[in-house]
Amino acid sequence: MSTAIAPPAIPAATELKVVKDATCTFCGCVCDDMELTVEGNTITKAKNACVLGKAWFLNHHAEERPVATIEGQPATFEQAVERAAQILTNATFPITYGLSDTTCEAQRVAVAISDWIGGTVDTTTSVCHGPSGMAFQGVGEVTCTLGEVKNRADFIIFWGGNPAESHPRHFTKYSLMPKGEFLPNGRKDRTAVLIDVRKTKSARAADIFLQIKPRSDFELAWAMRGIAAGVEIDPDIEKVTGISLDVLKDVVAQMKQAKFGVILFGMGLTMTRGKHINSEAVLALARDMNKYTRFTAKPMRGHGNVTGADNVVTWQTGYPFGVNLNRGYPRFNPGEFTTSDVLARGEADAAMIIASDPMSNFSQPARDHLRSIPSVVLDPKLSDTAKVATVAFTTSVYGINTPGTVYRMDDVPISLRPAFDSPYPSDLEVLKAIEKRVKEILQARS
Amino acid sequence: MPEQFILIPGRTSRQGTSLNEGKSTAEYQNEIGTLQVCVEDMQRLGLTEGDRVRLWNDVGDVTVPCKPAPRDELPAGLLFISYGDISSRLMGGETHCSGMPDSKGIDVYLEKVS
Repeated sequence: MSTAIAPPAIPAATELKVVKDATCTFCGCVCDDMELTVEGNTITKAKNACVLGKAWFLNHHAEERPVATIEGQPATFEQAVERAAQILTNATFPITYGLSDTTCEAQRVAVAISDWIGGTVDTTTSVCHGPSGMAFQGVGEVTCTLGEVKNRADFIIFWGGNPAESHPRHFTKYSLMPKGEFLPNGRKDRTAVLIDVRKTKSARAADIFLQIKPRSDFELAWAMRGIAAGVEIDPDIEKVTGISLDVLKDVVAQMKQAKFGVILFGMGLTMTRGKHINSEAVLALARDMNKYTRFTAKPMRGHGNVTGADNVVTWQTGYPFGVNLNRGYPRFNPGEFTTSDVLARGEADAAMIIASDPMSNFSQPARDHLRSIPSVVLDPKLSDTAKVATVAFTTSVYGINTPGTVYRMDDVPISLRPAFDSPYPSDLEVLKAIEKRVKEILQARS
Repeated sequence: MPEQFILIPGRTSRQGTSLNEGKSTAEYQNEIGTLQVCVEDMQRLGLTEGDRVRLWNDVGDVTVPCKPAPRDELPAGLLFISYGDISSRLMGGETHCSGMPDSKGIDVYLEKVS
């Protein structure tokens, strides 16, 4: 790795090339049918990409920043690794956070470092579908892949999400529009329901729109479970949820008549009061419907490899997020070991943030504490979090510069085909160097 | 006279595209810093597009410009803002043992800034 302090030289522009079957890692759809036209160090066309994917590919250029900074001053890679390792090994309650916008290969090294230093490892899942992860443990997940949705799902419920804006290709590539093996007429063979508090752009794509009252998702799902089971439901459910009992009975009847149903649920459930209980109700509804037909449920995931983060942290610790390794074995306890809480309560005395920007979206007490402790930040951009870091590494971009593995929102692993080289190291290279130095320091102390 | 509303922070397409251009860009800052109010509430409160309103609760206090929500996207009593720095200032640190703060469905007071 370079020992220079100045920004690394950006490789000279080379000939035009086309990268086929590249993967977009902007959102959890992880569409792997991109055709990228690359001119030197710039992607000039992104065929098949949605509006978000185009913005992702076309706006990434090699930035002229130092490979690393220490307290805001340019530093060599080696100096930054040394300082990062010192911070992490001198802390008594360090926390590792982020990881949803990097490769599985980098994620597993981040978990290893957390284990070496007896720290806590948490991912952006905890402020995404972490509550759904808790619900999986409560009631299980009747699951499926998006391939099954495409080929089989004739009844699709989108609940608490707005795919038209957050996952623009979901309708056309995976769920509503495509012709499938058992749905030869595509959209005509499917019934789509949207359940949300807002009449979003996604409502235009639905056959049935249920505009529910805010914070009534649990009550709605529980009433639907009751209707499905033949329990008499009080018509006053309309006062609570905004949806009449007759409409609910009709939707449940249609769910029973479906050949293959799926509920695709978003953060309207997990970020709203009730959180894991909301997800649990929807997962239980899907489970119950299997008495009558085949019915599944999947969370709609936001970041490109947040699903990979869940998988990797689970392989390595047995739990998906919010894992403390301080006692030499993993302990899982959302609320106790999740980053938002650990920071807001002022507990962590050091942090390593990878590919995430909590300084721009955490609660104010959490931001205030993160600003006050030593931190190591890995990010391709000068994020608000990188700006307050003690040690900041400029990294290459996964999927655009860096190969590796990511998981689609349905837990299907997909390989990355990078478009052009970056002068900056990957998250994996930085983390491996930190891990090596951490092990040396700990060995010397023992 | 302040009125109580429920604030829904959420993702938008424009937020996603401008995010890639940079969080410091005017477009991103404009997107995450503009409150959407339903037309009915705009008229009732005497608000026009661009008017600044103060939003606050027991956690935070922000002042932002407002604009009418597209078509019939929002019912009366509900506000929308693109998820980001501004919305997070109204979000508390309490997660009720879930790890997740109340990030949607936040109770707020609203009043026009004269």
